Amino acid sequence: MFYREAGQFKTNYRDDQAIFPILQDRIGLGIIIAFAFIGVPLLANDFWMNSIMIPFLIWALAAVGLNILTGYSGQLSLGTGAFMGVGAYACYKLVTIFPDVNIIIHFFISGFFAAGIGILFGLPSLRIKGLYLAITTLAAQFFLEWSFIRIPWLYNYNDSGAIDSTTPKLFGLPIDPASGDPVHRYLIVLSIVVFLTWIASNVIRGRIGRSWMMIRDMDIAAELMGIRPLYAKLSAFAMSSYYCGVAGAMMVFLWLGSAEVESFDINKSFLVLFMVIIGGLGSLIGCFMGAFFIFVLPIIMRALPGFFNLGINAATMEHVTSVLIGSLIIAFLILEPHGFARLWQITKEKLRNWPFPYG
Amino acid sequence: MKLKSLILGVAATALASAGTLTAVQAEELYVPSLSYRTGPFAGGGIPFANGFADYLNMLNERDGGIGGIKIKVEECETGYNAQKGVECYEATKGKGALVYNPLSTGITLQLIPKAPVDKIPVLSMGYGLSAAGVGEKFPYTFTYPTGYWSQMSSILKYIDANGGLKGKKIGFIYLDAGYGREPIPLLEQLAPKLGFEWVGFPVAGKDMQNQGSQWLNVRKERPDWMIMWGWGAMNATAVKEAKKIRFPLDKFIGNWWSGAHADLDSVGDAGKGYLAANFSGIGMGFPALQDVKKHVVDAGKSQSDPDKVGDVLYNRGLFNAVIVAEAIAAAQKLTGKKNITGEDMRAGLEAFDLSDARLKELGLEGFTGAVKGSCKDHEGGGSVFIQQWNGNDWERVTDLIAPMTDIVGPLLEDAAAKYVSDKPDWKSQTCG
Repeated sequence: MFYREAGQFKTNYRDDQAIFPILQDRIGLGIIIAFAFIGVPLLANDFWMNSIMIPFLIWALAAVGLNILTGYSGQLSLGTGAFMGVGAYACYKLVTIFPDVNIIIHFFISGFFAAGIGILFGLPSLRIKGLYLAITTLAAQFFLEWSFIRIPWLYNYNDSGAIDSTTPKLFGLPIDPASGDPVHRYLIVLSIVVFLTWIASNVIRGRIGRSWMMIRDMDIAAELMGIRPLYAKLSAFAMSSYYCGVAGAMMVFLWLGSAEVESFDINKSFLVLFMVIIGGLGSLIGCFMGAFFIFVLPIIMRALPGFFNLGINAATMEHVTSVLIGSLIIAFLILEPHGFARLWQITKEKLRNWPFPYG
Repeated sequence: MKLKSLILGVAATALASAGTLTAVQAEELYVPSLSYRTGPFAGGGIPFANGFADYLNMLNERDGGIGGIKIKVEECETGYNAQKGVECYEATKGKGALVYNPLSTGITLQLIPKAPVDKIPVLSMGYGLSAAGVGEKFPYTFTYPTGYWSQMSSILKYIDANGGLKGKKIGFIYLDAGYGREPIPLLEQLAPKLGFEWVGFPVAGKDMQNQGSQWLNVRKERPDWMIMWGWGAMNATAVKEAKKIRFPLDKFIGNWWSGAHADLDSVGDAGKGYLAANFSGIGMGFPALQDVKKHVVDAGKSQSDPDKVGDVLYNRGLFNAVIVAEAIAAAQKLTGKKNITGEDMRAGLEAFDLSDARLKELGLEGFTGAVKGSCKDHEGGGSVFIQQWNGNDWERVTDLIAPMTDIVGPLLEDAAAKYVSDKPDWKSQTCG
């Protein structure tokens, strides 16, 4: 009844090709973005900002990065954590070498370092596919982790072996995780994530994105039709790693404040992979849903007993949360193997016909 | 109908609990305990958290809290994970937290820059960043009773007293994390000064129980002594591996996180002779511990197994609670207020003075060495002793060994200055 595009006529190709051809989608998205920019800063407290919203957006960005590679281009990768690390360490070096440059510019530049490393470790994808490729990206993960420990230049020979945000400023305001206002940091993260997601959605719909999907669906056919696997696969690796790199840089400078190599270990790669699988391969909105499910839901579940004063001790709740999240993952994957994005799509279809379903 | 009543029910419970929430927050000293009872390091985390909570609860039961105000200990599960630790910090800091004891170097490193901003001190008792004990540069961090670098120097002193250090080769096996790498800069600087040679054997977190290759290297390198910075499952494995390659265990010294009952119980007789540093008393032979047993453990208010009370790590957690309680008392005395804030707590920690006489008053005579802080010294000048595993229990084998303050002190100052150097807005303090 409410969600029906009847009567919305497209009179030119431009309208027909719009990212959101349905008016209700545009309104809905407008409301969500407006709420994210205005409503959340007004409503959320420090805990929500620092521990839920900022990391949620950063993980969502990393999931978008991995989804470009795995969901759209069909190249399985287990190196996400390490590529995030490359972005973070690159940003740390940039900030310490050029402290006067705007930190936002550093975020975007550090992504290019990650992209370069991504291309390097993406080279084997020209020869091998599937699980075999996953193993070479696993090698990237271990090699990069090793470098973050054993090359002290990367962390400026700090005694602690950790990189830490050196109180970056934006327009004279501190924005590091310790002394900055969480609202400022949140708005920066949100702007970058919205901007990069918008870029991604356009790239995916364009020539480059189509060539990725052709490679994913059948690489031999794609090659016969004139797609060059070298460019298609490596551009996917580059763009994916770029996104992960920016996410990693923001993770250190806007969320954690300091990070050791453990912050970028193999578990992070798996975490992002789970987000992408649960959210839905080949869907941008799925990345956000997956990040919410994998990252935010456990935090909320752990916080619940404290909120209601139930007196369950922390360790028990930790176990309960793990069990519940694990069973939910299994349940969702049985109910809908294509993830939340597919569920959302089905809901949309149903809503269009509601309340007079047919067929 | 059903849905409606469900929603109403949920709303009603939410309201009711919100009501109780405000009622509880009246007058209390809120001490969050970032504990880990899950994950690979739970073996060490559980007794520590129990000792910490039990001592403060004992004060509640026996004395009615500190200065007449009850203490509320709230645990938050970190799983030894830095990100979860920060999450716990954010979730609890708004409730009037007085001090944080993260029991993890990784979490401590994250909290150090946050502490001066939120004005809540961090007490990293014998862990964390060694340089954080320099009070002028780190007003909000404390490493009572002593830090890693000082401990390493005490261990080297012990080696020097038992056959000399000059010309010896020291093997250093460590958990390859922030914690284990922490004393390396000190070893690098001390080796040429004291004339010994050192070689490192890193053990990755995931290989804690699989140290075959490291010990093969140990056999190849043939060090005269081995020093270990291990934690969790790594300790027992290392002792067993050392035994396997027939390394003399009485030349193998663990740091104070590598010498607990939890580590050696599973090794048993095979670990006989293994040495470890420690700064908190062993066993139940202290009146304070008897009080804990009487008021908390026997009353069924402890999460601890009754026969684990008095274990090395239980007593360590208890000692942590003693420092917190004494600092709260000092802060109350300084400010004249009963209900103190994090900032008052910082002043209390700086005025911290645990003399031998005070230890006796507390019922902890001989439990540890005297610790006294000041504006400049946030490390407290505590000492360690060496204990030895006799096959089924730890025995104290030395007196207190003071650290080489004259050598370590300036190095700590340098490290602190270096930490602060690239942070233009860092808040330090000047001491009179």
